[in-house]
Amino acid sequence: MPINVITSGFATTIQDLGRPGYYHLGIPMGGAMDRFAMRCANMLVGNDEGAAGLECVFMGPELEFTQDCTFAVTGGDLPPKLDGEVLESWTAIAVKAGQKLSFDYLRSGARAYLAFSGGIDTPLDLGSRSTYPIGALGGIDGRAVQPGDTLPLGMADGTAKTGAHIPEKLRRMPAQETELRVLPGLYWHRITEASGTRFFEETWKVASEADRMGYRFKGGTPLEFVDREPPFGAGSDPSNITDACYPYGSVQVPSGTEPIILHRDAVSGGGYFMIGTVISADMDLIGQLQPNVPTRFVKVDMDTALAARKERASALDAVRAHLA
Amino acid sequence: MTSRYTFGGDEHVFVEVSEEMSLEAFFTTLSMTNAVRDAKIDGVTEICPANASFQIKFDPDVIHPDALMDKLKSMETTAAKQEPKLTTRIIEIPVYYQDPWTHETLMRFRERHQDPEATDIEYAARINGYDSVEAFIAAHSGAPWFVSMVGFVSGLPFLYQMVERERQIQVPKYLRPRTDTPKLTVGYGGCFSCVYSVRGAGGYQMFGVTPMPIYDPEQKTGYLKDFMVFFKPGDIVKWKPIDRAEYDRCLAEVEANTYAPRIREVVFSLDAFNADINGTNAKLEEALYAD
Repeated sequence: MPINVITSGFATTIQDLGRPGYYHLGIPMGGAMDRFAMRCANMLVGNDEGAAGLECVFMGPELEFTQDCTFAVTGGDLPPKLDGEVLESWTAIAVKAGQKLSFDYLRSGARAYLAFSGGIDTPLDLGSRSTYPIGALGGIDGRAVQPGDTLPLGMADGTAKTGAHIPEKLRRMPAQETELRVLPGLYWHRITEASGTRFFEETWKVASEADRMGYRFKGGTPLEFVDREPPFGAGSDPSNITDACYPYGSVQVPSGTEPIILHRDAVSGGGYFMIGTVISADMDLIGQLQPNVPTRFVKVDMDTALAARKERASALDAVRAHLA
Repeated sequence: MTSRYTFGGDEHVFVEVSEEMSLEAFFTTLSMTNAVRDAKIDGVTEICPANASFQIKFDPDVIHPDALMDKLKSMETTAAKQEPKLTTRIIEIPVYYQDPWTHETLMRFRERHQDPEATDIEYAARINGYDSVEAFIAAHSGAPWFVSMVGFVSGLPFLYQMVERERQIQVPKYLRPRTDTPKLTVGYGGCFSCVYSVRGAGGYQMFGVTPMPIYDPEQKTGYLKDFMVFFKPGDIVKWKPIDRAEYDRCLAEVEANTYAPRIREVVFSLDAFNADINGTNAKLEEALYAD
């Protein structure tokens, strides 16, 4: 018994934790941009943490349940309304067949995650239900959710923690003035020392071109390049390289003007140089940034990156312990 | 050639074999990534070869970044000693140059182009010193090409022509990328050809279109039943210029799911190639059309 989609929101997609293993063919891993929030939503409704749910951008869909189940909303603050009554986010809520779920306006963050007990049970493509529209993979026919769609649910195993709640201190959301930690590297040597220092000193703003493929930033000073003779195959612009792979989280700066951080639906490679990579612990936070949010890039070393990664893992453990 | 090793955050090692594109750099890339694959290193999750560089994605909870970096560096010497020889396949890809669909698209984006008065292929022919578009097409479809990278999006191949550096075609990308490119457009940027596997944005110059699908997420196309992506690095491609009538005939076969690309197995030796480029290419073509 499926969930009926009445309205679909802005860019609502079915996502899980992605399809690693095909990046060498230009198929990105995809999956929830804010994996911490996705995992929390699934924990609340008693699913495997990698079950498929909905990623809602800026606004939520309107859904009608045709079976009893439990749902939870996490991530950006997008308050759920059940038959018009506003309920709490980060909480497992039981619903009856026939009830309607809609959403109030977004208070903070950019993406909310919606999990249902049993998980969305659309077909797997390359081992994942994550929607990758460019390659027409996952989701429903490889596209975003549309009005009139029906979302099939898997069998719930009865472990939904109805009424359970994840308090604010256990959540992970970006601060008012966001800091994203970056490990310099890759083609860092292509810019001058002064330019590199300034990149980390200035405050940037999220540009309007910000989606699952990448987040663009603006407002900082253009980078200054170290002179060079263009290598054969690279192209004449100082920001060009012989087309290479792009790490997830890598910060490319086409023509040295506006940095782009590649995210879960990254293009796997191309001809622009990169000055470093956002550390794995901070990737979730990017998915919660709205356009115009002031952002600073903070230079870190590998030890800090690995410590931050451990901290993020502990934060998930704390949620697991809280709900156990 | 000394490779440059650098970290892409805490989950990637990025290795630049050479700043410049060359077949030597591509072969080193291929032998290094093959060696990494064979080594089955715990914690390595993705191995991505590119034109003259490669990237290893790993789980730092399983292997420390420094340990992986040391391991990769230690493999470089062994990989360098491998004979640059490859058993691969040569594939004929039909191309309808100057087709009406890429023409319609390029006309829509003239203001983003270096030479708004010319078409993409006229511009490419002129700046590479060819007297006519026909002569340019003869050069583009003459010598074969190596698939030196698969990526950007869904199974898109980058191809590098198997000729001397002096004969390499070079064309800049559009001044500003287009928001649209027809599916299966044969494009060109820098020293690389490509085939756009899906419709979408793009910055490469557009020369023509192939009727032959190279990406099929539904895996209904006969030759894509086993896997949805057609190309892999190391494939050799020979473009075959076709006209509208042959394009339509190929397309009808594709739609009836009877289209079978011409593919033959070949052995390629970089040393033999460097000793006699035209002779090696002639032999490859012979193998492709022997029967």
